[in-house]
Amino acid sequence: MTNKIVFGSYVPVESILHRLDPRIKLIMCIAFVILIFFVNSVLTAVWLFVALSIAIKLSNVGFKQYWQGIKPLFLIILITVAFQILFSSGGKTYWHWGIMAITYDGLINSLIIFYRFIVIITASTVLTATTPTFQIADALAWLMKPLRVIRVPVNQITLMLSIALRFVPTIMDETSKIMKAQRARGMNFNDGSILTRIKHLVPILIPLFVNSFKRAEELATAMEARGYDPNAARTHYRQLLWHARDAWAGIDMMIVTVGLFCIRIFF
Amino acid sequence: MAKSAVTVTNLHYTYPNTTKEALAGVSLTIQEQDFVAIVGQTGSGKSTLVSLIDGLLQPVSGQLKIAGLTIDASTKADQLSKIHHHVGFVFQFPEQQLFAETVAEDISFGPHNLGWSERKIQEAIDEALMRVGLPLELKTRSPFALSGGQMRRVAIAGVLAMQPGILILDEPTAGLDTQATNELLALIKKLNDNGTTIIMVTHQMEQVARYANRVIAMNEGAIVADTTPQQLFSYPDKLTKLSLTLPASVEIAQFLNNNGAKLENTEPLTLEELANEIVKAMEKNND
Repeated sequence: MTNKIVFGSYVPVESILHRLDPRIKLIMCIAFVILIFFVNSVLTAVWLFVALSIAIKLSNVGFKQYWQGIKPLFLIILITVAFQILFSSGGKTYWHWGIMAITYDGLINSLIIFYRFIVIITASTVLTATTPTFQIADALAWLMKPLRVIRVPVNQITLMLSIALRFVPTIMDETSKIMKAQRARGMNFNDGSILTRIKHLVPILIPLFVNSFKRAEELATAMEARGYDPNAARTHYRQLLWHARDAWAGIDMMIVTVGLFCIRIFF
Repeated sequence: MAKSAVTVTNLHYTYPNTTKEALAGVSLTIQEQDFVAIVGQTGSGKSTLVSLIDGLLQPVSGQLKIAGLTIDASTKADQLSKIHHHVGFVFQFPEQQLFAETVAEDISFGPHNLGWSERKIQEAIDEALMRVGLPLELKTRSPFALSGGQMRRVAIAGVLAMQPGILILDEPTAGLDTQATNELLALIKKLNDNGTTIIMVTHQMEQVARYANRVIAMNEGAIVADTTPQQLFSYPDKLTKLSLTLPASVEIAQFLNNNGAKLENTEPLTLEELANEIVKAMEKNND
């Protein structure tokens, strides 16, 4: 029943990005993440940031919802950045205390890490916000097809992936149900030190695991009862169709890539 | 006149990120030692109402008075959790919330959270196990090694150990076989006889007829009937409109009555009562 926006959830609105083929969106997202590691100057950073901003604009999903997606991870990013600032050496030293020091290199490195984190998370949120999870699974399956040659069990991996994705909302519902039940038994989640709060996870996680295993076994039985054969050739209910707009999206991605390397070379 | 255990005044609740009211202005009073059955279709607001009575949700507007505590939209979270000292809640399929390594540990979870002394907790564990009819030897066993019926009893013992004055049960017999169902209902009845106020959400009209002294029917977030089971069953049309059924005994009695057998009481709550009615009618015919 909880409709909280979580990291990686689909936002059902109408936009050009929503209509794109999931395969090209996935490829673009992966390509973009790789490109981020080629950023070596302010100008290249700005270039990719502009490209991402256009994608956000085209996705018709409010900036606020992206922020909602990043927010839970923000603390982790900040901690990583803080470590990077305090514990790296090199360049001019501005301040030091024991093994901790703030240096020029540390500052620059942490800035790069901060940028990478934010951009990568936002880019993948653009993908997940505009693409339903089952479509991402289909796209991944398609991308992995060539691996069959080297005997990778693509069908099984795809099935695992779609089952996992299918049960995310179920497990979230169940989590809130179990939390409610343990609260009814007098448990107070907002009380106590960090240690007691970690202890509070036990009465939630154990039932969650037990029930998930039970459900997995039931699902396996049900699938076998209906004659599921992991090695049989599969057809797909949802067909992926390639449109002209998908080709155009791919060309746009190439422009971004070429632009990035031009900036790298000429500036 | 009995004291009131729960007083609800003009209660409204809307789930976050939804627009439709789950509860739209509910008012009711439950007396101490009542056995109240709450019936209604899925989505009628039954679960929301009992969650509010247990302080698991905070009302959007309106007021609740439970065991001397007053809850409204501005009540703080720690005040809400005080309700758990007085109200126990057995959820649907409660065995899915077991987590501890031993039965005793699981049952002691609630009392521990209430901050009881170790001695009081040990006594409460033994008493709760006895109440649900499980041998004390089970205390050191893992709850996951028990049978389904036993697991449910352990889970219920975990709630009873907190010695609540008001006990809420959400479809406690779902998924149990006939014998386990009857045993569980007998246990609930016994708790009720010993002074516990019972609020039971159920779809089984036979259970309503047999055990409840009061029945609340809900539809679309509002109370549509608050009466005795007998009274409720005398309006079969109204029940049909709410997608509720009559218990077999009442259905048979009304069928007989409509087909010429004149019964004195057309709402017998159990099959025994129905049999008595039929015997009475036959004797009258013979005179």
